Amino acid sequence: MKVKGDTYQVTYDLEKAIVAFRGKVRLWRATDYEPIIQLLNEVAIAAPQKITLDLRELEFLNSSGIDILLRFVIKIRNQQSSQLVVWGGETIPWQEKSLSNMERLMPAGFQLDLV
Amino acid sequence: MQQTFGNFVEQENGDEYLVIHFSPTSLPLQQRWRNSGLSADFLAEYWSTFFPAHDVSSRNKQLEIKGGINYIANELLENIMKYSYLPADYPVSLGLCLYQDEFKFYARNAIDPDAVENFQVRIQALLAEDTQTLYLQQVEQNAANAKSIGSHLGLLTMINDYNAQLAWKFETISQDPEIIVVTTMVQLAL
Repeated sequence: MKVKGDTYQVTYDLEKAIVAFRGKVRLWRATDYEPIIQLLNEVAIAAPQKITLDLRELEFLNSSGIDILLRFVIKIRNQQSSQLVVWGGETIPWQEKSLSNMERLMPAGFQLDLV
Repeated sequence: MQQTFGNFVEQENGDEYLVIHFSPTSLPLQQRWRNSGLSADFLAEYWSTFFPAHDVSSRNKQLEIKGGINYIANELLENIMKYSYLPADYPVSLGLCLYQDEFKFYARNAIDPDAVENFQVRIQALLAEDTQTLYLQQVEQNAANAKSIGSHLGLLTMINDYNAQLAWKFETISQDPEIIVVTTMVQLAL
């Protein structure tokens, strides 16, 4: 599965259960995020044992985008069906600052790796 | 009429500053939105010149400052575009000034007079309450309401994740028609 915009791309590798984000995501309406939300919903419905969010090449995410990711974390937390691993880039400033909130929302079954 | 919240300091441009100034009605929002990202990227790149990278420590400092300017400028411009009261047909602006130990952002736009009270209640909560708790509550609230529009996380992320200090000034520019302008000031320490 793939969602592509002018400045970003989101792909879902079904076999490895990895959702990879690349580029800069700063969409302006909640409805503009619908394709990404749909992709994440598909991942949640599939409920693999472990889901990996690969954000290592996600250079920028606005607050609406952060909200979408956090809603996904909450969904996975509430389903109690999957472990969640996030790969982040330690040289990408917004990630070092903002991804720790995921850990607060999902204290069990969550792992953040900044590489 | 003028009212301030937080430690609002009037804009004094000093030696180094940039201002982006435009009309909120000259282009449809969908087209104008592209400029908020372009502007934030430009501002981050521009100011990075003042923080050259010559070793690991200074390189990390430069990245941190670029990231902070990029995020805050982008959020302020998005807010200006989303919440600017178009019937006032009042110009909007984002100014960014560099001082010895901090940046100050000034975002200015007309606001719907009917929205002022609710906004000021929100501001008072941001200034008085624990913002980490507010952030997690807002995120859970957003998740519980699938149809909710707007994340209401922009200002909270500035405070929590970037240690920014926020303040606001409300001014009544005109009584008839009623035009109220809000200036959001964000201080980002170096």
